[in-house]
Amino acid sequence: MSDRIRTFLYPAIAFVVLVALWEAAIRVFKVPNFILPTPYAVLEALQRGYIEGLFWKHFFFTLQSMVFGYALGCTLAFLLGCLFAESRTVEQTFLPYVVALQSMPKVALAPLIIVWFGFGLESKVVMVALVCFFPMFINTAVGLKQTNPALLDLMHAFSASPWHILTRIKIPSAAGHIFAGLQIAVVLGLIGAVVAEFVSSTKGLGYLISAAAVNLETNTMFAALISLAVLGIAGSLSIRFLHSRIVFWDKGSASQTAATE
Amino acid sequence: MSDPIFRADSLAVTYTSSRGPVKALEGLSATLGQGEFLSVLGPSGCGKSTLLKVVSGLLKPSGGSVTLRGAPITGPRPDVGIVFQQPTLLPWQTTLDNVLLPVRTLGLDLEGGRAKAMQLLKLVGLDKFASHYPGELSGGMQQRVGIARGLIHDPALLLMDEPFAALDAMTREHMMMELQRIWMAAGKSVMFITHSIPEAVFLSDRIVVLSARPGRTIREFEVDLPRPRTLGTMAEKPFAEHCNALRALFSDLVKFD
Repeated sequence: MSDRIRTFLYPAIAFVVLVALWEAAIRVFKVPNFILPTPYAVLEALQRGYIEGLFWKHFFFTLQSMVFGYALGCTLAFLLGCLFAESRTVEQTFLPYVVALQSMPKVALAPLIIVWFGFGLESKVVMVALVCFFPMFINTAVGLKQTNPALLDLMHAFSASPWHILTRIKIPSAAGHIFAGLQIAVVLGLIGAVVAEFVSSTKGLGYLISAAAVNLETNTMFAALISLAVLGIAGSLSIRFLHSRIVFWDKGSASQTAATE
Repeated sequence: MSDPIFRADSLAVTYTSSRGPVKALEGLSATLGQGEFLSVLGPSGCGKSTLLKVVSGLLKPSGGSVTLRGAPITGPRPDVGIVFQQPTLLPWQTTLDNVLLPVRTLGLDLEGGRAKAMQLLKLVGLDKFASHYPGELSGGMQQRVGIARGLIHDPALLLMDEPFAALDAMTREHMMMELQRIWMAAGKSVMFITHSIPEAVFLSDRIVVLSARPGRTIREFEVDLPRPRTLGTMAEKPFAEHCNALRALFSDLVKFD
């Protein structure tokens, strides 16, 4: 049997065994449904959610806050990361504040962000942007600063402009680091979205979980958790795909970034 | 010898570091004739990277003078080609585009540059690899791309900073032969910085020997072995005599304390 088939088959077997154990445990120990739903009840909740359609608006709400927040946070982080790496003055002036903000758990800001930006989509987007910002910012700045000094000497010897060096040499050189930042930001961004929805929302998968918890609808909670996992995996895989396509010369780094999460 | 194309007179460079001033070079003098192959040979810490920066105009000397083609070097000089210890190619660009980097950066004619790049790739034996990426080339091949890049803008002086130091011993010998061939075909003036005595003897017309930090010229050597030199040359007596003379110089110079 080829290695390729095994990488799919073995996890599939493990899945079947786990689900069987789950079902068996519930029957043997007579676990009530509001503590742990049966696999079938979860499947039923997913069916109700996605075929009858109750979950879609929550799914899209979280997806929307994720996509907008991610784009906003990562773009700002990239631009500011470039500014930090390029200007010693900017770095010296703001570094202490960046360190202070970075050390603070960003999710603690969620209630404040709700106060400032309301209960709707805006506050979720801001929250996601905020948690996406730091990994992307640090990776961009660090990546740009690690450009091969010999290459910079060469460009300076040709009197290349700082802009030319930044766009043609430094940013491509840092691409591996930048994608590692994007990869980490996907996972953190999803956490940000869910936390903001926990704090205050009328929509979203996070809201769905906290609303279902009140009624002890564990099967709905499981279904929402699975949806979140799907979102996270899809996001991670998209970034990894883009990474291997865009930074084609950076062999093996796509698997390295997975290890840093 | 005709008028030298490059001249350094009692060159001195002092850095300011956190522990106070550090003398990297003090009293380095050397000349390089048109089309000549000159090696700068010194123990590690002889300030060779400092010399590289001064000659390429990235660092102002604190004393003495350096002139290239009769004019003092005061700022970045595009008429110097640099080949580094590591190939330092752009991994996202093909061999051809890497060779064209100086042409693009200096805003030279791209069409003419392309034809020239293909010629140079043929010269370094890589014309079949023009559309390959650096990651697909061996270390020796990458270094040859680096040499072609160093020559593309037709510099007055080719500066080579231990270009074979990162290669394995066999590739290194092969590259020494290759460089001699390329140099003889291209007719460039080369300043070759190295720690390796046999490498310097094999390649050079003349060798400038530097002391340990601060680097200063302590001796100049003529290497009058006939060209083209072959791997067989290295087994012959005159080659060994040159190497021994240089080695003797270093054993006096380097104190193992």
